[in-house]
Amino acid sequence: MKIKRSLGEKIFTVFNVFILSLLTLATLYPFMYVVFASLSDPTKLATHVGVLLKPAGFSLKAYKSVIEYERIISGYRNTIFYVVTGTALNIFMTSLGAYVLSRKDFILKKIMMKMIVISMLFHGGLIPTYLLVRSLGLLDSVWAIIIPSAIGTWNLIIMRTSFSSIPDSLTESAAIDGANDFTIMFRIVLPLSMSVIAVMILYYGVGHWNSWFSAMIYLLRARHLHPLQLVLREIILSNSTTDLMLSEFDVERQDISETIKYAAIMVAILPIIAVYPFLQKYFVKGVMIGALKG
Amino acid sequence: MTGEANQLAQIKTEAAMLNLKPQGRLQKLWREIKKGKYLLIMAAPVIAYYIIFHYIPMYGVIIAFKSFSPTKGIWGSPFVGFRHFANFFGSYYAFRVIRNTILINFYHLLFGFPAPIILALLLNELRSKMFKKAVQTITYLPHFISAIVICGIVANFTSSTGLINDVIAAFGGQRESFLLKPEYFRTIYVSTGIWQGVGWGSIIYLAALSGIDPTLYEATAIDGAGKWRQFIHVTLPGIAPTIVILLILNIGKIMSEGFEKVILLYNQNIYETADIISSFVYRRGLIESDYSFSAAVGLFNSVVNLILISTANAVSRRVNETSLW
Repeated sequence: MKIKRSLGEKIFTVFNVFILSLLTLATLYPFMYVVFASLSDPTKLATHVGVLLKPAGFSLKAYKSVIEYERIISGYRNTIFYVVTGTALNIFMTSLGAYVLSRKDFILKKIMMKMIVISMLFHGGLIPTYLLVRSLGLLDSVWAIIIPSAIGTWNLIIMRTSFSSIPDSLTESAAIDGANDFTIMFRIVLPLSMSVIAVMILYYGVGHWNSWFSAMIYLLRARHLHPLQLVLREIILSNSTTDLMLSEFDVERQDISETIKYAAIMVAILPIIAVYPFLQKYFVKGVMIGALKG
Repeated sequence: MTGEANQLAQIKTEAAMLNLKPQGRLQKLWREIKKGKYLLIMAAPVIAYYIIFHYIPMYGVIIAFKSFSPTKGIWGSPFVGFRHFANFFGSYYAFRVIRNTILINFYHLLFGFPAPIILALLLNELRSKMFKKAVQTITYLPHFISAIVICGIVANFTSSTGLINDVIAAFGGQRESFLLKPEYFRTIYVSTGIWQGVGWGSIIYLAALSGIDPTLYEATAIDGAGKWRQFIHVTLPGIAPTIVILLILNIGKIMSEGFEKVILLYNQNIYETADIISSFVYRRGLIESDYSFSAAVGLFNSVVNLILISTANAVSRRVNETSLW
């Protein structure tokens, strides 16, 4: 259907493209600034005033300090461990819960659903949860990061909605052929739900990658177990870049501490930025599934 | 009498032929359990998780009414009634943290709620698929960046030698450390929140927009409606239900949002505007180890949340026949 566009519409289109371009630029520029600053020459960056449109000078010193810093390396290692083990446990527990709740013949279905909804409405709060983790003896251990967040209730509901959409005839015919629930879940339901599982892996995975608060409160005395985000916090928010700097940099100490911050940010967000464009459609898909009523 | 006995005997034989034993409720339950044993085995770890990590902390909130000491445990600590609540509400902090929590979330709702709707409407009017895709990809990105990185960038940009001050100075203004001035905190918090969430928040409205029947636009165009009339009579009514549900749910969450960013950005100079209930609970509870007092403050917050969310849900059910549960 072609309708001649009025002058008003043309003006609107121009205005619209302008506004959206501005927004895109405003979203992107802080990241670009970080990229440029991290690649800048520390002394030149220190004297630079205003917007950066390219690195001020060029130096990889900051990256060198960052990747040689032992806390960053151990932080990276720990974060990868938390992402992999944590997400594996998340998927296992969440799909178990989603499967039993999607079965109409499960005798505890109603009680369990009530139990889960109540947990969304009211929670004990930070202090009782902390005291629980402490009395379970999980403080300063990796399990304090992984076990208390084993199930995200919202994700459980998304997954249950998706499992429920699998036709009953499929699971029933398998049951008649003598398959038990474990077989039905692993051989029929999960293979048919790979896209929702992909979404869940991404949600949980990004959550673990970005998580820092539980590590801060539960791993107070276990610094060697700190995830990358917590190390990053020390570097960029607490101004404690001193450990990173070699004595030869003494003169430019102040200057390089700035570029180190930016390089550390880059090191932490690069994996997300690298995979994000390829996985974007799965992330968006999750919003759609979640928007359906659980 | 014999007739009745005969009848009973006959029923029994019929039952036996059908292999139906007369059974009690317990036996029936046992059969159900046996039939569903795999489901029960599968549910067990999930139920255990919810009991341990959600219900035990709910029990743990009773320390809010006790004078908890770790050596005596939750049960053994002496009961003090509402003393901690009285202390909190009698203190100078109560008003401050409640006001800050409500104001920060209120401003976040006021400016942050319409932003994704406007973005979705603008995106929906784009003709170039490529440009639309590019804008979407880029504006969704900040959603996946950690609070630490966002706050690190914010702290750097707003520092007295940061980018924002460079620009202000270039226009002849005074340099200021924004994060040390109480009057700027809410603006910083809300604007960075919008910056981070506007793209991601627009997804759901874009979905609602794409769900509008295109024949409606054609019909109104034939009837001579311009773009603006179409917007008022087709587009807005089409996404109104989504807007209403999300608005209600967001109002329900007004006391429970934001915590990480506050803890990362605030400092003693700006507690006056930045300290919210959850950051106060964290500081008093986990840094100063005042467990019972902060559990009481946390309980107050949880109860208010419960009331808000239940109300929001009830309203949503009435308005839209859609509810969270």
